[in-house]
Amino acid sequence: MELTTVWFIAIAMLWTGYFVLEGFDFGVGMLYRVLGRNETERRAAIETIGPVWDGNEVWLIMAGAATFAAFPEWYATLFSGFYLPLFFILVGLIVRGVALEYRGKRDDPVWRSRMDVMIVVGSLLPALLWGVAFGNIVRGVPLDQAHEYVGSFGTLLNPFALLGGLTFIAVFVTHGAIFLALRTTHDLRARANRLATRLGVVAAVLAIAFLLWAQALRGDTASVVIAVAAIVAFAGGLVANVLRREGWAFVGTTLAIGLAVVSLFVALFPEVMPSTVAATSLTAADAASSPYTLKAMTIITAIFLPLVLLYQGWTYWVFRKRVVAA
Amino acid sequence: MDTLDLARWQFAITTVYHFFFVPVTISLVAITAGLQTAWYRTGKEKYLRLTKFYGKLFLINIAMGVVTGLVQEFQFGMNWSDYSRFVGDVFGAPLALEGLLAFFLESTFIGLWIFGWERLPKLVHLGCIWMVVLGTQLSAYFILAANSWMQHPVGFRYNAARGRAELTDLWAVLTNKVVLVTYPHTIFAAFMVGGAFVAGVALWHLLRRPSIDRDVFRSALKIGASVVLVASVGVAISGDLQGKVMTEVQPMKMAAAEALYETEKPASFSVFTVGTLDGSKEIFSIKVPYLLSFLATGHFGGKVQGINSLQDAYEQLYGPGSYKPNIPLTYWTFRLMIGVGMLSAAIAVWLLWTTRRGRAPAHWLIWAVAPLPLLPLIANTFGWIFTETGRQPWLVFGLLPTASGVSPGTTGGEVITSLVGFTALYGALAVVETKLMLRTIRGGLAGTDAPPDTDSDQPDKPLSFAY
Repeated sequence: MELTTVWFIAIAMLWTGYFVLEGFDFGVGMLYRVLGRNETERRAAIETIGPVWDGNEVWLIMAGAATFAAFPEWYATLFSGFYLPLFFILVGLIVRGVALEYRGKRDDPVWRSRMDVMIVVGSLLPALLWGVAFGNIVRGVPLDQAHEYVGSFGTLLNPFALLGGLTFIAVFVTHGAIFLALRTTHDLRARANRLATRLGVVAAVLAIAFLLWAQALRGDTASVVIAVAAIVAFAGGLVANVLRREGWAFVGTTLAIGLAVVSLFVALFPEVMPSTVAATSLTAADAASSPYTLKAMTIITAIFLPLVLLYQGWTYWVFRKRVVAA
Repeated sequence: MDTLDLARWQFAITTVYHFFFVPVTISLVAITAGLQTAWYRTGKEKYLRLTKFYGKLFLINIAMGVVTGLVQEFQFGMNWSDYSRFVGDVFGAPLALEGLLAFFLESTFIGLWIFGWERLPKLVHLGCIWMVVLGTQLSAYFILAANSWMQHPVGFRYNAARGRAELTDLWAVLTNKVVLVTYPHTIFAAFMVGGAFVAGVALWHLLRRPSIDRDVFRSALKIGASVVLVASVGVAISGDLQGKVMTEVQPMKMAAAEALYETEKPASFSVFTVGTLDGSKEIFSIKVPYLLSFLATGHFGGKVQGINSLQDAYEQLYGPGSYKPNIPLTYWTFRLMIGVGMLSAAIAVWLLWTTRRGRAPAHWLIWAVAPLPLLPLIANTFGWIFTETGRQPWLVFGLLPTASGVSPGTTGGEVITSLVGFTALYGALAVVETKLMLRTIRGGLAGTDAPPDTDSDQPDKPLSFAY
């Protein structure tokens, strides 16, 4: 396969990994205040993501850095064009990261509740805005001849992108609730399980609408098939959740998020930033780095990525025991 | 101020702020790993207690380092998209390697270290923090390789059709002679910060509560001060090497560091000069003869080029325009970097001397408590301001002027929003972080003698490390 395509796939995989992994820790971040009725339960809920959320976030850093290295034009157009959403995403991730680390460092209810607010806002804001951003990438934005974004912040807040934002929130919250049910015990587990079902129905409706609309905007047979598979996986996950098969439910939402992101990237290819102004779309080939750079990066990634997957997987194995919340 | 100025201010503010946390993190994790290793090998409880105490301070600090680092990666694309287009092919590779080889390692093994105290075998748990140390070192290397390429571009060719630099030799970028001297200099400088931090905290406890945990903090004081001392020797040697490489690849920066307008042979180093800014008149100056020649070339009689002749040469090479950086800024930051660094090394020597053979530190040393950890940190900051402003007007030396790198489509309003937003947020976080740091420092070793508790079977006990 040609290296530009390989790196397009690599970038798609990094975003997929990011949304699957940080998706559940965003979900837990948005939910633990609601689900945890006392400090013990809340702490248990946060502890389920404690050892892993930081590693999950590196998938985003990798997606950004890999785009910079493999598709500099894409990185430049995307990051300068989506300026304000990215600024707010950064603010969200900053307050969230600090609050997650600092929450337990002082035994003081006022301190903790402030950190709680920061964690909730810091989980909600990026989830919403990543949805808006991806909605816009798929829908296309106005680009000029030099592939510079020429719209405004308002251009990005179109109905389709906003639906994308709501979908991301709803799906991540469901994914997080199922993860909590999988990783905790007692009442917290039961409550998370029940909430996942209710939220899951809302998320399913939003996701179906968003994915169908996306396919109508820019789909081909392959992307439609994958999007349908994503919806089936989500439905399967919800059924497993109702049957209290939490492991399978989590597999279901994991697959659903993964397939949905893949379907968006498949629909996008070979463009990376479609333009709503005719003939100025940015394609993977336009945006790509030189063959030498892509080759060097391919070799290094092929050696080290399996290693990363191995030790990240090991972390999940070390902390596989349920967190007792009683 | 236009978009360019705003974008430059934003980069300066976010980067200087980010780099308050970086050197502390790099050195404190290594010192913590050393302490834990000492505990593993000797079984002495004091090392375990220090591991947990300084480990907790390290965790408070790295949280800020990580989140402020996120901004760094994003703002290349947000504010400097034409720069990203121009250099992405070359600059992106070390950045991606930093993520792949360093960030995954750091973040994953920190999680394992924080939550793994009771779940992992002792040796595996110790191995986890050493993996974090490895991660921070790799991270420093790759990001410095990327920065060094901007100081001295190598391993690329210019593609006129695409209007960008393209990588031809990744190995050349990773073994750039600038990074080979910058990496040790930065790491040693970071260890001065961490050593001073460990010593300063220990000194505070010894002075304020001489009866509590005296032996433990005496050890910490000695370890910290020794680290500063050894690191300062490393800083001096690597800095000297760096000066010679800098003279070779960026002679204008060396001339600006000295405010040397006319070429001299031999050249003297001015410790302190008051004069007019354009160098036409010198009012007062303390000079060390031959020293600049030695710093720049390695020979006491070496020729050092002056700003004026370099300006002429650059105009011939690159066309009309000013190729002078901000001279007073480079002159003073260069001096302050060296001066403040030497002062902190001197304080470390003094601390080791006054506490030798069981002596208690003199109480008047209390004035050294707050400044001690800050001095090397300030020296680090001056060093970065010097090296980055000394490269101006170039973003990539000799290739891309700073003004050409800014995002063409980004509005002043957008940059102001993020500039004000980040500055306000960073200010607020600085207050939160400092308060938490001071609180944790004041708390001392209380609780560190109990076995670390992250066991999920007893969730109602307060967790010392976890959330």
